[in-house]
Amino acid sequence: MINGRAHRYGDNIDTDRIIPGKYTKTLDISSLADHVMEDLDPHFKQKFRIGDILPAGDNFGCGSSREQAPIALKAAGISCIIARFYARIFFRNAINIGLPVLEVPNHEIQDGDALEIDMENGIVRNLSQGDLHQSTQLPKVMMDIVAEGGLVPYLRKYGDYHID
Amino acid sequence: MGKGMTISEKILTAHTGRETRAGDLCIVPVDGSMATDTTAPLAIKAFGEMGGVRLKDPSRFHLVIDHAAPAPNERIANLHSLMRRFANDQGCALHDIGSGICHQVMVDHRKVQPGDVFMGADSHTPTYGALGAFACGVGSTDLAAVMLTGKIWLKAPATIRILCHGKLPTHSSGKDLALEAVKALTISGATYQAVEYHGTAVEGLSLSQRMTLCNLVAEMGAKTGIVSPKGLELPYPFEATYADQDAVYARTIEIDASSLRPRIAVPDSPDNVDDIERYQGTRITYAFIGSCTNARHDDLRVAADILRGKHIAKGVRLVIAPASRQVLIDALADGTMQTLIEAGATLINSGCGPCVGSHEGVPGDEEVVVSTANRNFKGRMGNPNASIYLGSPATVAASALHGYLTNPAL
Repeated sequence: MINGRAHRYGDNIDTDRIIPGKYTKTLDISSLADHVMEDLDPHFKQKFRIGDILPAGDNFGCGSSREQAPIALKAAGISCIIARFYARIFFRNAINIGLPVLEVPNHEIQDGDALEIDMENGIVRNLSQGDLHQSTQLPKVMMDIVAEGGLVPYLRKYGDYHID
Repeated sequence: MGKGMTISEKILTAHTGRETRAGDLCIVPVDGSMATDTTAPLAIKAFGEMGGVRLKDPSRFHLVIDHAAPAPNERIANLHSLMRRFANDQGCALHDIGSGICHQVMVDHRKVQPGDVFMGADSHTPTYGALGAFACGVGSTDLAAVMLTGKIWLKAPATIRILCHGKLPTHSSGKDLALEAVKALTISGATYQAVEYHGTAVEGLSLSQRMTLCNLVAEMGAKTGIVSPKGLELPYPFEATYADQDAVYARTIEIDASSLRPRIAVPDSPDNVDDIERYQGTRITYAFIGSCTNARHDDLRVAADILRGKHIAKGVRLVIAPASRQVLIDALADGTMQTLIEAGATLINSGCGPCVGSHEGVPGDEEVVVSTANRNFKGRMGNPNASIYLGSPATVAASALHGYLTNPAL
């Protein structure tokens, strides 16, 4: 169960704004967290507490394939992202690195809402608005990757992909 | 079903060995894969963490140092060293600084062929759809899995058909057509889907122009983009994969190329596309001809034809990064590069250059850039206080000549 406060962002948040290209060339994960979202919201770092939740609109994470984008958000302590839908590479990357992401079409989460998320069943309870949303179902292979905590532990365990 | 297949469905069917239709989940053997200095270090790290010791097939894996090359600082220099060591240990190809932009290098060196499934750790990997390959951008960990297993899992995409009627006017190019298509589909309009280009307007296009078309499907959110191989000319024999006449498409977009005037993508999104006439006269200080979208020999020649015997406007700098060493050699051999440099252009290393904001020409605050690249998101070129317009090589050259956004057809 994830409990946290929502910081709402809009549509088409691109990976250049999540983590600018000038900071991506590094293996120092903490340096990524230092610059996450800085071109979008200069106050991002001050606003966010560890465990807070980032709800957004359509097409979150569009643009570059840089995995540094979900890595930076995870390193910054964001507990979960909820978007109406994601850009496909970002979505795969987030699942692969073990950042909790839910696709919830038509959610109306507002800035400051208190949320409770049941990741296992994909249920988002909005404690401030008193409503409940169900996320879309992942393909089986993705659910297996999520269950292992990412693609690295999945492949360390299985050595190869398997689709029933 | 008994219905016909799209090009993507045919390529995936050939690779999985069983009928693969839009929506099917499949594990696909990968013919080739690639990572750059932005994505390879994380991929190499993930490969090791997965338990990887040897690459599944070193002959199918390529490393390219292009995003910040030569290294602008010690941090990036050390990442480049890590890539060189890995290539040396594993026996895979390492395309070092100056080789060019990963996508151009893969095509120049024939590391990707028509009908291939190719995974690149760079979002513009769909560029190879110009050859008729099924090519997708992936992140570093997905790529590490390809390095380890030689495979990727995918959901076979539904396909959007873009039918381009007529023939492009003289001063409009594949870039203008691609920008018009991005506008029609929007920045998320092809998410999870493939795009297929068809029609008389694309049949006459060169490989280079087709690469521009496929390159910009990334800006529609597409999984891949393929130009129907009708009319495609390659310097080697190849087997073309055509869509069936009765292939099932998710939707069809039609564009009349004959009336397409030069386009411009206005800050801060590549789908914010308009007729350049509406922005004619907007002052610029920085013009860039480069990137995997538009820095090939024909692009540079178009710019040289506009600038021959003239000089760029006072107060404007024109930066040129040829797409690859081969492009640079060709542009030197026929005098194109000399023409551009005499006109006041600054030549930088073959590679991504300032497109991704890491080095070699970051714009200053309040500067207005006109660029042949693919993205104009805020901060893309390294400064969130600059604004970026995207256009064709002709538009960028004409704008550099005058010092303001200029319709090259005038």
